[in-house]
Amino acid sequence: MTLPASYFEYPFRRPGMDHARYVYSNLFERKPVQWPGGARVALWIVPTLEFFPLDMAPKGVKPPGGLERPYPDYWNYTLRDYGNRVGFARVFRALEERGLVASVAMSSRLAERYPHVLQEVTRLGFEVVAHGLDMHHIHTTAVAKEAEQEWVKRSLSTLRKLSGQPVKGWYSPAYSESHDTLDLVAAEGCEYVCDWVNDDMPYRLETKAGPIHAMPHAYEISDLQLFHFYKYKPAQFVEQVMDHFDLLYREAATRGGRIVALSLRPWISGVPHRIAAVEQVLDRMLQRAGVWSATGADILAAWKAQQ
Amino acid sequence: MRAEDPGLYDYLPYYDRPKITWPGGARLAFWCAPNIEHYELDPPLNPSRAPWARPVPDVLHYAWRDYGNRAGLWRMMAAMDRYGVRGSISLNVAVCDHFPNIAAACRERGWEFFSHGVYNTRYTYNMTEDQERAFIEDVKVSIRKWSGQELSGWLAPALTLTERTMDLLAEAGVTYTLDLFHDDQPLPVNVRKGRLISVPYSLEINDFTTLFQGNCTPSDYTDAIKAQFDRLYMEGADSGRVMCLPLHPFLVGQPHRVKQLEEALDYITSHDGVWLATGREIAGHYLAHCYDAFAAAIDARKKG
Repeated sequence: MTLPASYFEYPFRRPGMDHARYVYSNLFERKPVQWPGGARVALWIVPTLEFFPLDMAPKGVKPPGGLERPYPDYWNYTLRDYGNRVGFARVFRALEERGLVASVAMSSRLAERYPHVLQEVTRLGFEVVAHGLDMHHIHTTAVAKEAEQEWVKRSLSTLRKLSGQPVKGWYSPAYSESHDTLDLVAAEGCEYVCDWVNDDMPYRLETKAGPIHAMPHAYEISDLQLFHFYKYKPAQFVEQVMDHFDLLYREAATRGGRIVALSLRPWISGVPHRIAAVEQVLDRMLQRAGVWSATGADILAAWKAQQ
Repeated sequence: MRAEDPGLYDYLPYYDRPKITWPGGARLAFWCAPNIEHYELDPPLNPSRAPWARPVPDVLHYAWRDYGNRAGLWRMMAAMDRYGVRGSISLNVAVCDHFPNIAAACRERGWEFFSHGVYNTRYTYNMTEDQERAFIEDVKVSIRKWSGQELSGWLAPALTLTERTMDLLAEAGVTYTLDLFHDDQPLPVNVRKGRLISVPYSLEINDFTTLFQGNCTPSDYTDAIKAQFDRLYMEGADSGRVMCLPLHPFLVGQPHRVKQLEEALDYITSHDGVWLATGREIAGHYLAHCYDAFAAAIDARKKG
């Protein structure tokens, strides 16, 4: 095995990023933003409701929580389905009891299959974010562009029709994008995406259909990372989430409004032995003055108005 | 042909060695090595290793790492400034081309620049000798250009090496390597020509292995750093030891990690008898004052 001379060519080795999607920016050199009411922290809660089909084939990018046992994998199918039947209700109740809003990322197939879930989203005034068709349809460059375009259109049109909301947020299943995903979702009228975890504030992404914004969908305090991959105990989840909140809350005193994004999958967070940890972090955050519960669309609008 | 042993160093019993005396009689040389990196979104392929866990574009992992240069680095730097800890940066030199502000911030602090290759997505595997020699030269020129410093230390990009790497580093005037994890003190490295030593880095209290791969909770991480320090500090009463704290801004600069980093640095810097050094200073002291005695001790054992 040898390396061709091109292995030592560096076409992007110059100021800026190695792609044209966004410009480099130092978080600490930006203009501070003011949240409504002078809040220090915008609390953006993103319950993510995912449909994992029983017949999903394990190929390409494996979505976290994807079915891996031989067909029929009732074990994993029903554990994920638990989140959409029981877990989400428990998470929603915790939010409702505290008067919090949320941006609910949903597989469009789930919205079709379980109308009750969407009714609850509507009743509580939560924002709907498109989360693809289901967890079998993972957006990668291996998918033909026409097919991906059809997935994007179908997911968005289904969710818009069933929810009556404009649906301006997009979260790719498994945080997985192709080279075209941003262009496709922007062309369908999306204003923000939740796949880019490289910042603590929104920033602008360029697409063939005009700009779209990345929202800071904090990955390292998501229940997926902490409970599912890192196998944290509830107390450790509380410790890490609160350390995250405390630092950003402190930073906001001098740097302008910050965002705490809590990404929750009810099949993980909505089980009886973990829900108290979620309630505890919410209660501890809400004890502090200046915490603004908001949807992704609200946060982005407030941020954009000051750029 | 593959070897059963790297052949890069000889055996030397841990508790029966020439004594290391650090400047000021310090027990422990402590140094901090932030990895300032860039991982390309769509790099050319090396047949020995895929750059990303997922097909390109691996948006999740690309963005996670990019967090370091946008946000995490500046928090990490502020914490180090607060405790008077200088960095010795393990640098993908292309970072300076992409983000000159980062190079400037490190240079203004008088931090050491050492090599971590060009990008963390360009691996040394499968380079010919000439290619690898030119690669080292590229890094050397870049480090001189961006820091005004002469390249002294080398941690291979993504810890990928060839069997020739150490020889070529010595030939290029590099004095210390960080890719060997066999000891808690610097030691001579066997090279074709010249002098090269290994300086302890760490994969044990590295935030990459503890926080990213090792699933340490925030307090586990600080506890591991303190325990590592306590033992080496204790042993340092007999002969000098080295402790390295490797950092990655995309991990340790996350909002929930700053407190742990500050607590660790506070603990370490509150002890007497700790030499807050750079990698180059540790290597320089060892080469000037310890290398010959160690080489002689190793030689004597080989002769029986």
